Amino acid sequence: MALLDVCGYRDGDRSAGPFGTRGTVMDRSSHFSFGMKTAEFAVPVGVDPQAFLSPYTAGEGDVRIHLNHGTTTLAFKFQHGVVVAVDSRASAGNYIASKDANKVIEINPYLLGTMSGSAADCQYWERLLAKECRLFKLRNKERISVCAASKLLSNMMCEYRGMGLSMGSMICGWDKQGPGLYYVDDNGTRLSGQLFSTGCGSSYAYGVVDSGYRYDLSVEEAYDLGRRAIAHATHRDAYSGGVVNLYHMRQDGWIKICKDDVAELIHQYALENK
Amino acid sequence: MTARYDRAITVFSPDGHLFQVEYAQEAVKKGSTAVGIRGKNIVVLGVEKKSVAKLQEERTVRKICALDEHVCMAFAGLTADARIVINRARVECQSHRLTVEDPVTVEYITRYIATLKQRYTQSNGRRPFGISALIVGFDYDGTPRLYQTDPSGTYHAWKANAIGRSAKTVREFLEKNYTEEAIATDKEAMKLAIKALLEVVQSGGKNIELAIIGRNQPLKILESKEIETLVAEIEKEKEEEAEKKKQKKTT
Repeated sequence: MALLDVCGYRDGDRSAGPFGTRGTVMDRSSHFSFGMKTAEFAVPVGVDPQAFLSPYTAGEGDVRIHLNHGTTTLAFKFQHGVVVAVDSRASAGNYIASKDANKVIEINPYLLGTMSGSAADCQYWERLLAKECRLFKLRNKERISVCAASKLLSNMMCEYRGMGLSMGSMICGWDKQGPGLYYVDDNGTRLSGQLFSTGCGSSYAYGVVDSGYRYDLSVEEAYDLGRRAIAHATHRDAYSGGVVNLYHMRQDGWIKICKDDVAELIHQYALENK
Repeated sequence: MTARYDRAITVFSPDGHLFQVEYAQEAVKKGSTAVGIRGKNIVVLGVEKKSVAKLQEERTVRKICALDEHVCMAFAGLTADARIVINRARVECQSHRLTVEDPVTVEYITRYIATLKQRYTQSNGRRPFGISALIVGFDYDGTPRLYQTDPSGTYHAWKANAIGRSAKTVREFLEKNYTEEAIATDKEAMKLAIKALLEVVQSGGKNIELAIIGRNQPLKILESKEIETLVAEIEKEKEEEAEKKKQKKTT
């Protein structure tokens, strides 16, 4: 009210952003606050989340928290679109928490996101990204571009940089500019490229994909390459395993190709070599 | 009765009016005329230039402003309010480019400006912006667009429209004369805008300012010489029309 303004009373003083800085409260319903104008998690003043957590994850004390980590994911562009292949093991230290984890989030029929790193971080932030993508479509009456979606995710990561998030993700899709593939990680890195692999098994996967990759692969060859790379990576990396979830991003949307158990795949490849 | 309901912006009157918003629209009607025309490959904005005082430098008063390389707007109403709106819109255009890596569509920036205006009709202690805006430009798929916003925060797309003083007269002229042939070429669209303004502007081409955006081209503000040329062509066409009519009568 005008009287409040004249007296100099400011309603916004009660809101604190991360790190205790004063941010102006933005309408959450505002159309134009792409991503994160309001902080999702308020942090108490003076607390450094990473320093707070490190005695429990890396320290020598009695309490040890092992966060879900470890995976192999890969994606590459070729003449018929984008192939996305991920494993399905969720590990917490030496314990296999799940052999059937879902590491690909289906944002919309034309957009996929992969997850590697901390399962909790990936699931939360990518679901938040999916919400923003849906809102974008409602407000602007057209689907969000892969470029913009990956930018939103990397902006979210930048906002929480240095606070201990762990996420390596590939945003794949098909929009007006054709097939799109972006790598986004918790440092705020955002790269566009033809071929990416993330997770602790990525070195093994790169070895296989790099030696077999050509832009002019046929569809079946590309599926086989993706399957092989993940299977061999799970064979050597302790923190990857389970099944290979394979997706193919085409002009009319993505399709799920298969969900093959890696043990059977390894056996099959061994037989081929005999 | 209106005296009790028109002071605070946030109060409805018993018959459903927001008087402050309506008074803002009155302020717009006092501003100098602006006309916008959507052609096939060009969008045109024309404004009535208010005559400047003798000692005043002419170029400091500009009613047509670029919001981005492919979008520009003209306004009618309070110039100072317009400056704020234009500044916010310019920042939003760049913000959009940064976040989405694509230039804004004309509809998007119009929606932003309209939302901004609406926010000021529903806030404590603030009055609405006293301007209507004509926003023109090309989307990145090449479609030309023309939108109009008003102080209440509504916006609509138009093929041709006018705002400000005598807007009604100009709009009626446009309704009669906006045809496919009238906008067939870029030049014809420009001449239509000038003809529309000449209906209400005193002393002809000197008091008209014209700006055009062509597809994939930046905003171009025409120099007075170019306007004079176009005005001369229009006068000539008018005389030829008059001659033809006379000959028809005599034969």
